[in-house]
Amino acid sequence: MRRSTFQVIAASSLALAAGMFAASAHAGKTLDAVKQRDQLICGVNTGLAGFSAADSQGNWVGLDVDICKAIAAAVLGDAKKVKWVPLNAQQRFTALQSGEVDILSRNTTFTLTRDASLGLFITAVTYYDGQGFIVPKKSKITSAKQLKNAEICVQSGTTTEKNLTDYFKSINVKMKPVVFEGFEASVKAFFAGRCQAYTTDASGLASIRNKEAPKPDDYLILPELISKEPLGPMVRRGDDEWFTIVKWAIYALLEAEEYGLTQANVDQMKSSTEPPIQRILGTTEDTGKLLGLDKEWAYREIKAVGNYGEIFDRNVGPQSALKLPRGLNNLWNKGGIQYAPPIR
Amino acid sequence: MIAAAIWFLAHNTLENMRVRGIQSGFGFLTQPAGFDIGESAFAFDSGDAYWKAFLVGLSNTLRAALVGIVLTTILGTLIGIGRLSRNVLVRGLCTGYVELFRNIPVLIQLLMWYFVLNEWLPPVADALHPLPGVFLSKSGMSFPVPEWEQGHVVSLAGFAMGIVVAWLYRRWARAAFEKTGVARPMVWPALLIAVLGGLLGWLAGGAPTALEMPVRNDLNVSGGGAVTPEFLAVTLGLTIYTASFVAEIVRSGIQSVPWGQTEAAGALGLSRAQALKLVLLPQALRVIIPPLTNQYLNLTKNSSLAVAVGYPDLVSISNTTLNQTGRAVECITILMAVYLTLSLVTAALMNWYNARSAIKER
Repeated sequence: MRRSTFQVIAASSLALAAGMFAASAHAGKTLDAVKQRDQLICGVNTGLAGFSAADSQGNWVGLDVDICKAIAAAVLGDAKKVKWVPLNAQQRFTALQSGEVDILSRNTTFTLTRDASLGLFITAVTYYDGQGFIVPKKSKITSAKQLKNAEICVQSGTTTEKNLTDYFKSINVKMKPVVFEGFEASVKAFFAGRCQAYTTDASGLASIRNKEAPKPDDYLILPELISKEPLGPMVRRGDDEWFTIVKWAIYALLEAEEYGLTQANVDQMKSSTEPPIQRILGTTEDTGKLLGLDKEWAYREIKAVGNYGEIFDRNVGPQSALKLPRGLNNLWNKGGIQYAPPIR
Repeated sequence: MIAAAIWFLAHNTLENMRVRGIQSGFGFLTQPAGFDIGESAFAFDSGDAYWKAFLVGLSNTLRAALVGIVLTTILGTLIGIGRLSRNVLVRGLCTGYVELFRNIPVLIQLLMWYFVLNEWLPPVADALHPLPGVFLSKSGMSFPVPEWEQGHVVSLAGFAMGIVVAWLYRRWARAAFEKTGVARPMVWPALLIAVLGGLLGWLAGGAPTALEMPVRNDLNVSGGGAVTPEFLAVTLGLTIYTASFVAEIVRSGIQSVPWGQTEAAGALGLSRAQALKLVLLPQALRVIIPPLTNQYLNLTKNSSLAVAVGYPDLVSISNTTLNQTGRAVECITILMAVYLTLSLVTAALMNWYNARSAIKER
């Protein structure tokens, strides 16, 4: 017995040690490290159709994935120079804190606690989401308020659990969460009928209904959105240069849409005489120098993945299986709230 | 040197976290948790503090581990004895059981049981209703439980008295055996006395019979006692997996006693039952207990896989807490400390029992 006690202690201290060494890994300039490595390391979701998932050929596709590709194009000149690190909800922050990834582009909600206490910085919102519910149509439930005493399946390690509790407390209805660690297990349990409802961000609901449901038409997404979920990439604190690059790489995609720059016409647009377009494409001013990049940084982004609207349509919008409406994610001058500060 | 290494690691971690603005410390434990927990041994509200959430997780872990340990011991012993049966069919089935279940990873078994339960059971709207008051569905099993009344206190007191009397009886029977050599049955009368005590107490307390029945409502079944499919899957999976190891331990323990001992017991005129009880088992137990302890420890530690099938055990609560507060190091430290303590306590108890059943050298 003494031996097994010792083994337990040895194993636990080893685990602790591993955690600590990870936490004390490098903290230098991210941009230099990325350039030297000639590769961007991007933390993504392990599999959420539309945002980040491996396709049948093993290529990563999705909105979150395209953001990383755009940054790689801006910084390294090649959208393919990305190493993908699939992370689950519990691993994600530690992976970024420890320097295992350069950027976390994994449908992560921005909240005060996360911004202020994790040693991480929120950059820019790439998708405005809200938490909702999906139910089987045959349950005849049409509103979240009818979910009295219901068991609700939810994945652990997300802001979702807290929103769920807050919402039902505010409408004074009792419910019972059934919490799973893995995304697969939680979804599978719901479609097997373990719970009367499943909750996650509305975009995620569309994704699972389309991809995981035995018959998508048998399921209904309830109209209520119970929370604000602004999603976007995060970077480590203490590297302002990198923070600024990531932020403006995202703004550039929005600016491109606003001024009508697309993957197809960006080459022609180089000869445009409109000052904002000239600035974005770097034909007159060199905005890249201020960021520590060259002047064609934004041109390469658009050339590689298209503008924000194209990214949206291709991955989650009309051209995708999810067919999510643009809604809040439309540009500010088209009825949405996506508003990028000007590039000048 | 080890202490210095630990100090260095801890200091280094804290320093790094401070430099990067990652907040640390256990202060978060007293803040409100803000999330609900599906099943809990005691009342828990989302406004309660994180430490209370951890307690709920711990109670759920202990519940699964204790039930698992008891069931594993029973099932493992039966299968282990079955492997030595003279009946070919029983022997073959038991061997097959052991080979099948100990060679499949336990996580996969847990997931399998969970999905089997979920696919096989009907949805809660048309729950199976095999007995009055019992509902079986994807939402779990609901059953009637006695409503708490004053009379139950008297029953419990009667049961406690019965245990004391049973203990006294065993002491007397043992002393009489040492003195006169007349072997009296020890187990059955003792059990009978304890149960009788409880029964008398129940009658004295006015024989309360009120039951809290589960009732069906719009969406599901509420009231009464209930176990969730998550709990069923976890206990079933852990029990069946660990029992295959326990069976091997029991078999090897029994086989470690030389055949000559059985023959000698027969030659002394002991019956088969007496030989098993007085000669074989006491010697076999010495071989069985130490590895059995390991299996109990394994079962407790493996219960941390319960989170995979949605059972709100300690790991599940810790994961949620970790994600909401970002205190990774603290949460993992709590987890390690709790499991270490659980294992050491189990080991200490089993060592005490082992010392009791070891050869007494005089």
